[in-house]
Amino acid sequence: MTNQNAVEARNVIKAFGQGTSAVRALDDVSVNIQRGEFFTLLGPSGCGKTTLLRLIAGFEMPSGGTILLEGTDITYLPPNQRPVNTVFQSYALFPHLSVAQNISFGLEMQGKPAAEVKARTDKMLALVQMEAMAGRKTSQLSGGQQQRVALARALAPQPKVLLLDEPLSALDYKLRKEMQIELKRLQHETGITFVFVTHDQEEALTMSDRVGVMSAGKLQQVGTPREIYTRPVNRFVASFIGETNFLPASVVPGGVKLGCGAVIAVEGLSGQGATTLTIRPEQVRLVDAAEAEAIPATVTNLVYFGTDTHCYLALPDGAEVVARLQSPSNGEVGLQQGQKVALRFVPGAAQVLAD
Amino acid sequence: MAERSFSASHLPGFTVVALAVFTMLYVPIFILVANSFAVTYSASLWDGLTLDWYAKAWENEAVQSATLRSLVIALSASIIATFCATMAALGTTRRRAFKGQTLIYVMINQPLMVPEIVTAVALLIFFASIKVATGYQGLGYLIAAHSAFCIPFAYLPIRARLEGMDLSLETAAADLYASPWMTFRRVTLPILAPGIIAGAMLAFVISLDDVVITEFVKSGGQDTLPTYMMGQLRRAMTPEVNAISSVLLVLTVLLLTAFFFLTRKND
Ligand SMILES: Nc1ncnc2c1ncn2[C@@H]1O[C@H](COP(=O)(O)OP(=O)(O)OP(=O)(O)O)[C@@H](O)[C@H]1O
Ligand SMILES: [Mg+2]
Repeated sequence: MTNQNAVEARNVIKAFGQGTSAVRALDDVSVNIQRGEFFTLLGPSGCGKTTLLRLIAGFEMPSGGTILLEGTDITYLPPNQRPVNTVFQSYALFPHLSVAQNISFGLEMQGKPAAEVKARTDKMLALVQMEAMAGRKTSQLSGGQQQRVALARALAPQPKVLLLDEPLSALDYKLRKEMQIELKRLQHETGITFVFVTHDQEEALTMSDRVGVMSAGKLQQVGTPREIYTRPVNRFVASFIGETNFLPASVVPGGVKLGCGAVIAVEGLSGQGATTLTIRPEQVRLVDAAEAEAIPATVTNLVYFGTDTHCYLALPDGAEVVARLQSPSNGEVGLQQGQKVALRFVPGAAQVLAD
Repeated sequence: MAERSFSASHLPGFTVVALAVFTMLYVPIFILVANSFAVTYSASLWDGLTLDWYAKAWENEAVQSATLRSLVIALSASIIATFCATMAALGTTRRRAFKGQTLIYVMINQPLMVPEIVTAVALLIFFASIKVATGYQGLGYLIAAHSAFCIPFAYLPIRARLEGMDLSLETAAADLYASPWMTFRRVTLPILAPGIIAGAMLAFVISLDDVVITEFVKSGGQDTLPTYMMGQLRRAMTPEVNAISSVLLVLTVLLLTAFFFLTRKND
């Protein structure tokens, strides 16, 4: 029976330090990463992304829980016995070896015959378009080239899983965009499962098949980019992925009531009393004041973002809502500060989330 | 870099003091080297240049055997000391921090702190009892003594290089299927090599140069070059000793220059 999970973490705990000064870098994390998928771990600094990656690579042993690779328990296997390779944030290329020697290192350590090592190294050099630099020392390469060598080196032994710890964070914006496309291409061509770490939500959304959002050592939500963006499970995920409006509200039959008195229909509500309504800026529409369910508002600020214009609106009770409007071709949205307008939420888009 | 608010060169008398210090450091050496080429030995009288003293020293059997002995001791001692120093450096940098680490560090560097004469006397007494017990009179004592006091000199450059090394390189090697031993052989050791060579060269020079401990530990007829020279000087000043000194000087300068290039940060 083949196991569909490339990596499975079960109730993994990792604590650093002892006694009262102990830090739980990972607090009961369970996740299934499927074969051949581009899985991204996303979260703010210090949330435990690197720690989870290091546990999968074997550089660190968990304080509790189990890690499986294609169904086999590898929790306490040393890193050199795991068919898993890592692209380090600092690249960690061997300075005393040439580009080609760096790439063949893993194959040689696996004891592959010389002819196979050579053939595979050449193939990898071609894959990352570094054939011309095979003989160079790694210190003579640019950041983007070092990145490619690090990728080729980690891919050469054909690992079951490739781990990438913020591999693009040291690159400038343009190169970063190029490498994002490059990474997707490499993943597609090799079919290897990628586990990618980033704290850049845009990168996570554009590149991944699925995203795991982490905060304070806990996995908050796992889902496709679309799922986590449109159906965040809690306020942390909603605010970390993209921009969103939070409005104080109270539960009433059939929906919630905002501070200004407007009632918004929300499905599946339980409980009562004070809560918070979440609505994405692009789900806020400016409408005619006469339209049903229109809420009066005042324009307080306009910020131009090229294709979009962010319109800051004040509701009658002072609550602030941001609406994202598509900029017309001449760039003018035809609004002015202080102007009285009316807004509406796209039906079904507003949500009430757990804290 | 931002402009410095304090510059030593603005202190009164800076230039004078600096010149005086360099004069005191180098003029005697210059005179020594110059005299090794002088036809007659006199610091004030020049009546021509000659290489005779070098030839004489070269042909002197006592000098030959002392030189050979010095080289054998320095080579053996630097190899042993460098091996121990490499192990010590790995032991103090490639593991979790532990209690008493500073104490270990101080103990490894003991020869830098304990006055040489104290070590010399201690070794004399210690080795004397071994000589009595075993009857062994060979060069082993000198090699052991030299190895011991050369360890810190080998240790410091090796440790500096290990500390400057990116730890993620070893992690990367392990990630790429290298066993701990292969990681050491294929990654740690090659990157460490310049530090090891530098340490060995420093140890070699230090051993070659030693007088105090050698003088105390050596048995009869075990003169090294420095102790032979000292014995000669007790009788008379000869340009022959100057010639030997000059050769030692050149050798040391060459080795230390190589050391400097090996330990430069940007390689
Ligand atoms: N070796 C360690 N010893 C002690 N604490 C550690 C160690 N490694 C990580 N931590 C702690 O564990 C927590 C998670 O660290 P981790 O490096 O996994 O975060 P991260 O999500 O990768 O952050 P970043 O985005 O900044 O890289 C942090 O609070 C960190 O201080
Ligand atoms: Mg990290």
